Amino acid sequence: MHRLPPQCKLLAAAAFAVAVVATPRESFWAFGVYALLLAGVAVAARVPAPFILRRMVIEVPFVLFAVAIPVIGLGERVDVLGVSLSVPGLWAAWNVLAKATLGVIASILLAATTEPRMMLLGAERLRLPRLLVQIATFMLRYMDVILDQMRRMRIARESRGFVPRDIRQAPVLAKSAGALFIRSYERGERVHLAMLSRGYTGEMPMIRELPASARQWGAAALLPGLAAATAVLSWSLT
Amino acid sequence: MTATSLKVSSLAYAYPDGTQALFGVDLTIGRGERVALLGPNGAGKTTLVMHLNGILTAGHGSVEVAGLPVRGDTLREIRRRVGLVFQDPDDQLFMPTVREDVAFGPANLGVRGAELEQRVKDALERVGMLEAIDRPPHHLSFGQRRRVAVATVLAMEPEILVLDEPSSNLDPASRRELAEILRSLDVTVLMVTHDLPYALELCERSLILSGGVIAADGPTRSLLADEELLAAHRLELPYGFAVSAH
Amino acid sequence: MHVPDGFFDVPVSVGAGAFAAAGMAVCLKRAQRELDDRTAPMAGLVAAFIFAVQMLNFPVAAGTSGHLLGGALAAILVGPYTAVLCVAVVLIVQAFFFADGGLTALGVNITLMAIVTTVVGWAVFRLITGSGIRRAGPRGRTAVVAGSFAAAVVSVPAAALCFTGLFWLGGTAPIEVSSVAAAMGGVHVLIGLGEALITALTVSSVLAVRPDLVYGARGLAAPLVLKTADGEIPVERPAAAPRRGLRPILVGGGLVALLLAGVVSFYASNSPDGLNKVAADKGFNAHEKPSELGNGPLAGYSVKGIGDARLSGGLAGVAGVALTVAGGGGIFYTVRRRQRHKVTA
Repeated sequence: MHRLPPQCKLLAAAAFAVAVVATPRESFWAFGVYALLLAGVAVAARVPAPFILRRMVIEVPFVLFAVAIPVIGLGERVDVLGVSLSVPGLWAAWNVLAKATLGVIASILLAATTEPRMMLLGAERLRLPRLLVQIATFMLRYMDVILDQMRRMRIARESRGFVPRDIRQAPVLAKSAGALFIRSYERGERVHLAMLSRGYTGEMPMIRELPASARQWGAAALLPGLAAATAVLSWSLT
Repeated sequence: MTATSLKVSSLAYAYPDGTQALFGVDLTIGRGERVALLGPNGAGKTTLVMHLNGILTAGHGSVEVAGLPVRGDTLREIRRRVGLVFQDPDDQLFMPTVREDVAFGPANLGVRGAELEQRVKDALERVGMLEAIDRPPHHLSFGQRRRVAVATVLAMEPEILVLDEPSSNLDPASRRELAEILRSLDVTVLMVTHDLPYALELCERSLILSGGVIAADGPTRSLLADEELLAAHRLELPYGFAVSAH
Repeated sequence: MHVPDGFFDVPVSVGAGAFAAAGMAVCLKRAQRELDDRTAPMAGLVAAFIFAVQMLNFPVAAGTSGHLLGGALAAILVGPYTAVLCVAVVLIVQAFFFADGGLTALGVNITLMAIVTTVVGWAVFRLITGSGIRRAGPRGRTAVVAGSFAAAVVSVPAAALCFTGLFWLGGTAPIEVSSVAAAMGGVHVLIGLGEALITALTVSSVLAVRPDLVYGARGLAAPLVLKTADGEIPVERPAAAPRRGLRPILVGGGLVALLLAGVVSFYASNSPDGLNKVAADKGFNAHEKPSELGNGPLAGYSVKGIGDARLSGGLAGVAGVALTVAGGGGIFYTVRRRQRHKVTA
């Protein structure tokens, strides 16, 4: 799994997400199949479950929203444990929760088995606009540098007794943000000079080739293929 | 003096906002020399360096690298010949991995495949960073990053290596390691610094750039022994450090 | 606000994806024209900055805190085209590397948070500063800061409004559109205020140190002075920001919105989905709204012929966008003309 070419994995994850989203929500069994498929991938890739669970925290805000849907939803209502809930709302909540969760897990598996650098190379292989990929490459390269600068500024603020309590402290934060922007922009200019100094003429040289064999494509197609079959089947059954 | 690596003649430059930084710089560096360019902050050191590979274009005067004048149509070759190592290695190492970063320069020159790989490995070998070839630059220590930064320009097989404040922010051990690397390299070196002991350690000859002109040119030892000269150009040896002229 | 998978149905996700792709293609071209070979490093660094700034939490009211979306801020600092690219790249990276926002919802997320916030923010900014920007000194600076505030304060609810619009077209939850609008609008007006405050203060602090870096304040620089025998003569600096900058965005955006609204509502309306079916089976069609749309790619419309109802739905979508654009454009030009009058008077 870790060694599959990234372009295969990228496409597989995206196709899987599409299949999941396209599945009618009444097909409980289909979602079960998707969950099993993902579990299979996780086992094959040796991604531990706690790791996935920890990173699923990102979903929490929307889980809260999904929980609210049956409460404020329209339509027929049923009493569950003394709370009046909307039936279509329950369907919708189930729909959002199931699909979002499967999507999140697929993304987590993709990110866990693919180094950022490989992901970008894969995107380039998939003929995404090269400039866009390059922007993302630079962003990922300098994200840590800039977050580090931001952390240092925060420490500097706090070591001089600053506590962000309410809106009146906004000017201080904004000054930090402004300073951060200037530093980022100036670094961008310096990076550009460094690139020019090494012969950059507006085209990034293609340094690494990442060919994917038919077999690898086949292996990667397994997950979305099964998912697509499930989706089609679930449509024909409803 | 044997062949000339770098020749700067009456170079003057003013920034677009009107501030003039260089007022006629003259200097010549022979092949294989290691020369320190000393000067206080604001003397025009960085501005001068930016002229050496054509990032800035001379307002007046000329720059020649191994006989080739810096002009619009020679920029490509000039940038191969002049290897510029920036002060902040994070500016220089912009690619996601060390390998790709070192390969960036030669790849821009059209080198590909096995030859490219070989160049990358050789360059990293020379700075003792071969084992870091697949690591992302931001996982390296500052000293390691500076060494990789040197490798990125070595891979272009430059005529002259120009280093901007090579010793800044280095701990004593990294500083010594870098000095050893620089001494082991068989290239012309121009080292821009205000770290006077480092200049003394590495360079036979020094230039003092002050007020946009070369104010002194001579053996590093005798320049650093001249207290009046240093004081006149806001240069100071560290506390407890004394240089005798012999 | 990162929308996950499954929240919108497939037609809306695909439509928004096409819209986002088209928008980004335009921005790639325009940003490159502006930044030249600096595009990749500059946009990359600004994207990293936006990513970092989105982590900067600021207290909104007692106990709660918000964070910047950064669309309007980016537009004012680096220009609308580069800004769209930067925010979009941030969203793409968040979706693929941090599982934040669904892969199929990427188009929706880019449309809402990268394109709408930026374009609306920039339009409002230019509206406010349209005339004041040409003056150097404190008045121009005030205009830029005020414009930044207004841009950000409008941009966030605008994105929320578009979210509501998409929800009306293809949301999968059975909630009254008006209550979605009210809830999203209400929350985001608050968030918008926080965003506006931070945006304005940030722009102002950059203006104080490096005014040349603020794209939206390019006209602000004092004129150069030539010292001649006849005294000092101020000369025009070469115009940095093309004045026609806004029109292509408005026209292009309008056209695409029109197309999208037409096509999407054409397909979307009247295609029964599971929910509708359940509702129909149980005799609850009374509550059916046009928002409850197909959540499958084949939701009915490829089998049945194209009904008149659907055609009319498509036309209604087009008409709606046209009306909105006409209304907004009308206000825009009235205000602009009035400002121009003020300047000449």
